[in-house]
Amino acid sequence: MKKVKVYVTLKESILDPQGSAVKGSLEKIGYGEVADVRIGKFLEVTIADTDRDIDTIVKEMCEKMLANTVIENYRYEIEEA
Amino acid sequence: MKFAVLVFPGSNCDVDMYHAIKDELGEEVEYVWHTATSLDGFDGALVPGGFSYGDYLRCGAMANQSNIMKALKEFAAAGKPVLGVCNGFQILTEAGLLPGALLRNKNLKFMCRPVTLTVENNNTLFTNEYAAGEQINIPIAHGEGNYYCDDETLATLQANKQIVFTYDNNPNGSLENIAGIINEQGNVLGMMPHPERAANEIVGGADGLKLFKSIVKQWREQHVNN
Repeated sequence: MKKVKVYVTLKESILDPQGSAVKGSLEKIGYGEVADVRIGKFLEVTIADTDRDIDTIVKEMCEKMLANTVIENYRYEIEEA
Repeated sequence: MKFAVLVFPGSNCDVDMYHAIKDELGEEVEYVWHTATSLDGFDGALVPGGFSYGDYLRCGAMANQSNIMKALKEFAAAGKPVLGVCNGFQILTEAGLLPGALLRNKNLKFMCRPVTLTVENNNTLFTNEYAAGEQINIPIAHGEGNYYCDDETLATLQANKQIVFTYDNNPNGSLENIAGIINEQGNVLGMMPHPERAANEIVGGADGLKLFKSIVKQWREQHVNN
């Protein structure tokens, strides 16, 4: 078994109104030093033992569905589960 | 002319779409469930609004993995008319049938109200019943309708007149006030406003009905011998 941690983030060129709202609230509660907040997604995908190459299948999953590469970037880490 | 209204778990404008075609337009229409694998026998496909798969992951992301999408891609490739409204537009961009993506509204609000659109291109199979530059009132109802594409894609959209509808008062932060775009081949239209909710004066306006009439007009010119 492998545990794959997938991080999906908005590309830098994309505005993140949610992140801006959170930044505003952080400033309001006394964290004026916050320069920027960007919100993304974190997915934990547990994969059963397989003969297929794990890098290949995780990349495929990200490209086909987990991320929309028009607006998002993704990266992942593979750990023993 | 026979239309298919695709239905996904979480679609909620499917009945309005069906009603607009059957009762307002007076054409044949059938629901097609997302597990179906064929659109044989249909002349036009309508992808309705709603919250397919609860908008989990991203709007339209999971609907795009449905069986019916392979058939829809073949249908589009064959040059037949495909209209995606609201969540349907999001599904078409996720499927790569239209360029770009729909982001969260700039003000983070779900907005449900009539808006004024300008018909930027009336030379399409979806807009031939409108005048060039005509202003129309069609309701919006979305939280993620903020159209985005990269500069290169935008230049292509502009050069090919693929921007079909724009907002007069941009409600959601859409690039270039874009409310609806068509593919390069001219047979796939995606738009955030709901023409099916503006198909009879008794519900506040019938400006949307002309869009459906346009599709039928074009189809009759191609398929019916006078």
